[in-house]
Amino acid sequence: MKKEMICVGCPMGCYLSVDYVGETIRGVTGNRCRVGLEHAEKECFNPERTLTTTVNVQGGNLPLVSVRTSKPIPKNRIFEAMALLAKVEIEAPVKIGEEIIHNIFDTNVSVVATKNIVKKD
Amino acid sequence: MSDFTFRDVDLVVIGGGPAGLAAAISAKKKGVQDLIIIERNNWLGGILPQCIHDGFGLELFQEPLTGPEYAQRYIDEINELDISYTLNSMVLEITPEKKVFIASPKGLFCFQAKAIILAMGCRERTRGQICIPGTRPAGVYTAGVAQNLINLQNVMVGKDVVILGSGDIGMIMARRLTLEGAKVHAVVELLPHTNGLPRNIQQCLIDYEIPLLLSHTVTEIHGRNRVESVTISPVDKNLKPIKGKEKKIICDTLLLSIGLIPENDLSKNCGVELSSVTGGALVDENLETSVPGIFSCGNVLQVHDVVDFVTLEAERAGKSAAEYILGKPRKVERIRVEAGNGIRYVLPHNIPSDTDLELSIRVICPGEDVSIGFFDGENLVKTKKFRKVHPAQMIKIKLTINETRAIKTLKAEVLQK
Repeated sequence: MKKEMICVGCPMGCYLSVDYVGETIRGVTGNRCRVGLEHAEKECFNPERTLTTTVNVQGGNLPLVSVRTSKPIPKNRIFEAMALLAKVEIEAPVKIGEEIIHNIFDTNVSVVATKNIVKKD
Repeated sequence: MSDFTFRDVDLVVIGGGPAGLAAAISAKKKGVQDLIIIERNNWLGGILPQCIHDGFGLELFQEPLTGPEYAQRYIDEINELDISYTLNSMVLEITPEKKVFIASPKGLFCFQAKAIILAMGCRERTRGQICIPGTRPAGVYTAGVAQNLINLQNVMVGKDVVILGSGDIGMIMARRLTLEGAKVHAVVELLPHTNGLPRNIQQCLIDYEIPLLLSHTVTEIHGRNRVESVTISPVDKNLKPIKGKEKKIICDTLLLSIGLIPENDLSKNCGVELSSVTGGALVDENLETSVPGIFSCGNVLQVHDVVDFVTLEAERAGKSAAEYILGKPRKVERIRVEAGNGIRYVLPHNIPSDTDLELSIRVICPGEDVSIGFFDGENLVKTKKFRKVHPAQMIKIKLTINETRAIKTLKAEVLQK
């Protein structure tokens, strides 16, 4: 099987061509570094993405705090995660790095705040 | 100007975005004690707080940070170094004598600076600048404005969206809108190639099955109060719409991601010479403009692809401003730098013959296995090969003192195969 993809590992964006049989990679071309190889393998069998979005905040200087998954999560669970996060509402203040959801979908990945929100004065 | 409170200061940094922050930090570390950052908004970090996606900082921190996380690292450093800044403050005018007039919540001030760093960033091109025909309904946004509304203010901009322009913000907003429940019907790009980073084609468009229509444009906007539809059309080789091939897309929102313009009104008014290609100042290797003691860096100098390069450039500007203020002797024989065939621009625009330095270059067309040559008149001084070049990816090339010592001019050209 051949699969074409663009590596998302860095801004270079190598155009990868992956040759695989079943669960085994036979060859990757187009990558300029090791990240491309690892990405190609993941992308064929277990694609993952970091999700970044926002969560509602009460009483803050902004109505939203930006959040991210601490590590990439399975690509096919992104919309499920969005639906879950849409229901979350937290109180200001929020500190950057603060855990918003622990161990989302039992993936050992947490959702953390990516900015500081101070209380509205 | 008698209403202004006068103050002497060594360095004024105009703009508190990524460029201004890095420039101020760098200048302070190089020994400038008396400096101030002037910021128009009520926060530091510029555009970064609304860029909630990740991928920032890969070059400098080797980890994919989100925009607000990247900004916070520099804001923390500004605070640790005790660098002063004023928010909600508008620079009204700067003069060649390096007076900076500002209106701030504390009143009107005039700073007499020894050096100024221009770090005002850029603004988005709008509908008016590309003259899209049609009605003038609500629902036409620039991508950055939509990003601000959605990511900072919790305001959703629409349900059925067409995006014109495949710059990075356009593609990132296509994904963001999809995640927030909107249907993005197409990303429409005039050129035969995208204008953003390739990885964004994958993770923002392909991942969400959003159609990318290359060599297409929006030829009309329809709707009375709100956008009701847009007409799109393929374009020919000269980028002119092909008659009879138009198609209507029903939508309530049109997002524009059609380029960024360095915001140089202040620079222009104080006599800083600008490049007609980049829209930014003409600078030397120290990022000093045509007005001595005024430096420029970040997106107000040249629009960058990634913030890491903004930071690196700004650090150089901060260092140069510090050397200027602290009186390090400079200037030797100058070499004029030009863009030849296939090259959109080369920066800096003039360089000295006695130091190693780095050039930023953008090509005009995408290509594979491309060689870029550097000529002094007819003489080929240096060539560099690239597996892939793309207008959306700035190229950095190092020149050594051995290569520049004996030459008078330097012209970069894409070599014919």
